[in-house]
Amino acid sequence: MESEQLFHRGYYRNSYNSITSASSDEELLDGAGVIMDFQTSEDDNLLDGDASIGTHYTMTNGGNINSSTHLLDLLDEPIPGVGTYDDFHTIDWVREKCKDRERHRRINSKKKESAWEMTKSLYDAWSGWLVVTLTGLASGALAGLIDIAADWMTDLKEGICLSALWFNHEQCCWGSNETTFEERDKCPQWKTWAELIIGQAEGPGSYIMNYIMYIFWALSFAFLAVSLVKVFAPYACGSGIPEIKTILSGFIIRGYLGKWTLMIKTITLVLAVASGLSLGKEGPLVHVACCCGNIFSYLFPKYSTNEAKKREVLSAASAAGVSVAFGAPIGGVLFSLEEVSYYFPLKTLWRSFFAALVAAFVLRSINPFGNSRLVLFYVEYHTPWYLFELLPFILLGVFGGLWGAFFIRANIAWCRRRKSTKFGKYPVLEVIIVAAITAVIAFPNPYTRLNTSELIKELFTDCGPLESSSLCDYRNDMNASKIVDDIPDRPAGTGVYSAIWQLCLALIFKIIMTVFTFGIKVPSGLFIPSMAIGAIAGRIVGIAVEQLAYYHHDWFIFKEWCEVGADCITPGLYAMVGAAACLGGVTRMTVSLVVIVFELTGGLEYIVPLMAAVMTSKWVGDAFGREGIYEAHIRLNGYPFLDAKEEFTHTTLAADVMRPRRSDPPLAVLTQDNMTVEDIETLINETSYNGFPVIMSKESQRLVGFALRRDLTIAIESARKKQEGIVGSSRVCFAQHTPSLPAESPRPLKLRSILDMSPFTVTDHTPMEIVVDIFRKLGLRQCLVTHNGIVLGIITKKNILEHLEQLKQHVEPLAPPWHYNKKRYPPSYGPDGKPRPRLHNVQLKPIAEEREETEEEVHLLNSTTL
Amino acid sequence: MAARGARLCPLLLLLAALAGLGAEAKNSEDVRCKCICPPYKDHSGHIYNKNVSQKDCDCLHVVEPMPVPGPDVEAYCLRCECKYEERSSVTIKVTIIIYLSILGLLLLYMVYLTLVEPILKRRLLGHSQLIQSDEDIGDHQPFANAHDVLARSRSRANVLNKVEYAQQRWKLQVQEQRKSVFDRHVVLS
Repeated sequence: MESEQLFHRGYYRNSYNSITSASSDEELLDGAGVIMDFQTSEDDNLLDGDASIGTHYTMTNGGNINSSTHLLDLLDEPIPGVGTYDDFHTIDWVREKCKDRERHRRINSKKKESAWEMTKSLYDAWSGWLVVTLTGLASGALAGLIDIAADWMTDLKEGICLSALWFNHEQCCWGSNETTFEERDKCPQWKTWAELIIGQAEGPGSYIMNYIMYIFWALSFAFLAVSLVKVFAPYACGSGIPEIKTILSGFIIRGYLGKWTLMIKTITLVLAVASGLSLGKEGPLVHVACCCGNIFSYLFPKYSTNEAKKREVLSAASAAGVSVAFGAPIGGVLFSLEEVSYYFPLKTLWRSFFAALVAAFVLRSINPFGNSRLVLFYVEYHTPWYLFELLPFILLGVFGGLWGAFFIRANIAWCRRRKSTKFGKYPVLEVIIVAAITAVIAFPNPYTRLNTSELIKELFTDCGPLESSSLCDYRNDMNASKIVDDIPDRPAGTGVYSAIWQLCLALIFKIIMTVFTFGIKVPSGLFIPSMAIGAIAGRIVGIAVEQLAYYHHDWFIFKEWCEVGADCITPGLYAMVGAAACLGGVTRMTVSLVVIVFELTGGLEYIVPLMAAVMTSKWVGDAFGREGIYEAHIRLNGYPFLDAKEEFTHTTLAADVMRPRRSDPPLAVLTQDNMTVEDIETLINETSYNGFPVIMSKESQRLVGFALRRDLTIAIESARKKQEGIVGSSRVCFAQHTPSLPAESPRPLKLRSILDMSPFTVTDHTPMEIVVDIFRKLGLRQCLVTHNGIVLGIITKKNILEHLEQLKQHVEPLAPPWHYNKKRYPPSYGPDGKPRPRLHNVQLKPIAEEREETEEEVHLLNSTTL
Repeated sequence: MAARGARLCPLLLLLAALAGLGAEAKNSEDVRCKCICPPYKDHSGHIYNKNVSQKDCDCLHVVEPMPVPGPDVEAYCLRCECKYEERSSVTIKVTIIIYLSILGLLLLYMVYLTLVEPILKRRLLGHSQLIQSDEDIGDHQPFANAHDVLARSRSRANVLNKVEYAQQRWKLQVQEQRKSVFDRHVVLS
């Protein structure tokens, strides 16, 4: 299941057969073994600061009918570590849910015993709400911090507030009476760098000075951001949403939602936004909120010990993240439901709702922008729209879809280049270069020099009589004596025409830079740049339609609505529709997007135009490629993500997908009572499979259960340490009753407690359609294939993903070979280039293993620095 | 659990501080009523800014002196838009200070880890390493010696070493993350 391993191994080969013939032993049964060299259990024990090693959990499989099993388990000491997962592995949702129910039953049955137990059960029942409350509080507060700090730092690029260093430009001129109608942001307290350094406020000298300072600050912010990311928390880079999607679908990436990631992401997000790069803070805020959720879930045993329950908290946290990012609590809940979450029961919906509410409330009480709103670009329109305007809205939708398709292709191609060529070795340099180019080009154009959120705000704002920007430089007839709200369509002045030129240049610039920016190694979100592109395009279209209506008000489409002197076109609304369409084209969201944008504006009457544009952009985008940017990145990285949105339409059977293949060696199995500890250790060392079916005996081949590799190694290790009389020749017994042994033989090792007695099985004739559905809906990790109760093989999530990919290749042979990435770090190869013996993948003899590891680490480090 | 709680403490404190500040009583300078009046007849547009309470925030109270003669006041004021705004300058100040101090600490720590520590380590361990092998000399990757220290600190066991052990464990973790992100490109590319 394990990232790189997932896709590269051989199924870019075209035919089905070549895979079979080329398969190595690793492939035949859940090649998802321990692949990256740092996944050995020794390392893992060192590394997993976040792992719940101390869990005491007996795997009795929830509603186990067999009560005697229960008894046996109670007699046996539960082995610490059993039931946890390795890094880069997939969780078993079914097992986790059973575990939780078991736990719940235990607490419930004890409830009556004493007041203390009663309190404990109450605490347990409430912990879900507590953890989402804390998460909401933390994400709201962090979002406030990020907003305030990012605003201040963005303005630091142009100057500084001398009277109070901590104020940004707007706050600096807060109480100033010197601002004029034309130049609203000038006040004596705010000094530009040119004024401070060379003492001039005007003229070419000051322009150049400001230019230089702008580039200097942009570069230093970008450099700080990327070096902090590189030194402290590499996982803090990027948007985080693809990874969170994968994690929510049941993948484990240790440390991805940890404390350091949270801190570094928060700090560097501010730097990245302030550096003026074409990126936004919205996506990373979701990651920040999820980190909060993960960290707080450690306070509550109900969540810290159960991966499936933890994911419920994370779903709620991502809702809180969007809630504070856009000031759209409902939109956040829907985003969590539509885009990120995999398993979303109603209980989680309510918790998400609550978390979003708390987060929005906290952010509102911090009031970071001083406008009593949660976002900078909140707008209010009251003008109606007319039916004929649907046409330009749909055109904007088409533009959004085209942009989305273009962006996904271009960005994925660029990221693949970064992933597979040498160029990816210089992350710091890349960030510096992108930041330098952005700063140099952005400064001369007033629309790109602005902070992107402010640009969006300006584009969204309608031209009232109060506006003085060049976008609103219409030719007015001064003696019109109408009241404020109803400004008729007017001819554009020279300011508008020059603004349109600048906007066109800004559009091209943003389109190009965003492609190269998304994916560099700083926290970078995609929402804001996409919205900016859409808003620019929308505003241009809006002004064009407005002028068309003004000059040709006798055309029959305009005749009915746009009489002379009537106000019928609102360019700001077009900007908003364009922003929604572009965002829809890139992310392929629909409902949540419309709700988010609708919450931004607070106008119910614009839902239909927004829906039309978003739907069109989704259709157009889907015509060029069905996946959104997040799915595309998931595929690029090869995360084991089984998309619930795709349909499976092929007619293959379970027998076609299962491993082992016909030409492969037979399935590696354990027998219930006649293997020795040594046998099992050899089997574990010689294979890399993540689990082994347990059968009655070699003769009968009937299925008893399923034992996971990690559990086996941990159990054997702890048995060798703690239990007396366990030697290599001890029998291992999975059965309920120990078989009668000769008198002189050593004590048998009972491992029934780690055996999964109810593994999921299908028969070999089950259509893959159903198997895929089972995997998606239940979140299985593996499934055994049987025939008349005899184990034939196994299907893992990875096999299914491979199968899907293969079928896709058959249907669409022209699809780019996106997974054509070479394996540059063969993990199972040792320092001398020879394949490492399997032995080193598993830690059974801790001391020898450690030395081996150390030497290799050193070697790897040397080779990377050279 | 206690250790975890302790680690969460700063976050909770920050949270409490921010939340508390948000609700704090407003500084007198922190409210304003801003009236934007568009051009009217031969008067150019003007922005008026006054520190008044919310109920007094209208054109008649804020626009002083009134630029137009009596009969035109109503027409002039109809065009003006007055907005009452409030902020919390204390929140802003505290936030910026918190942010900058965290950033500063991180930068110092980063400089220490990348520049100072390798030099110190080499000076301290110089002799013993010369005897062993010069394999990892010239290795400027921060945290490069984490494995060494881990191996050593496991043999001894007291409180101080435990701290060091935890730190080294973290360093190893970061090292692995760095390898998978920057070298192998298996995640986040």
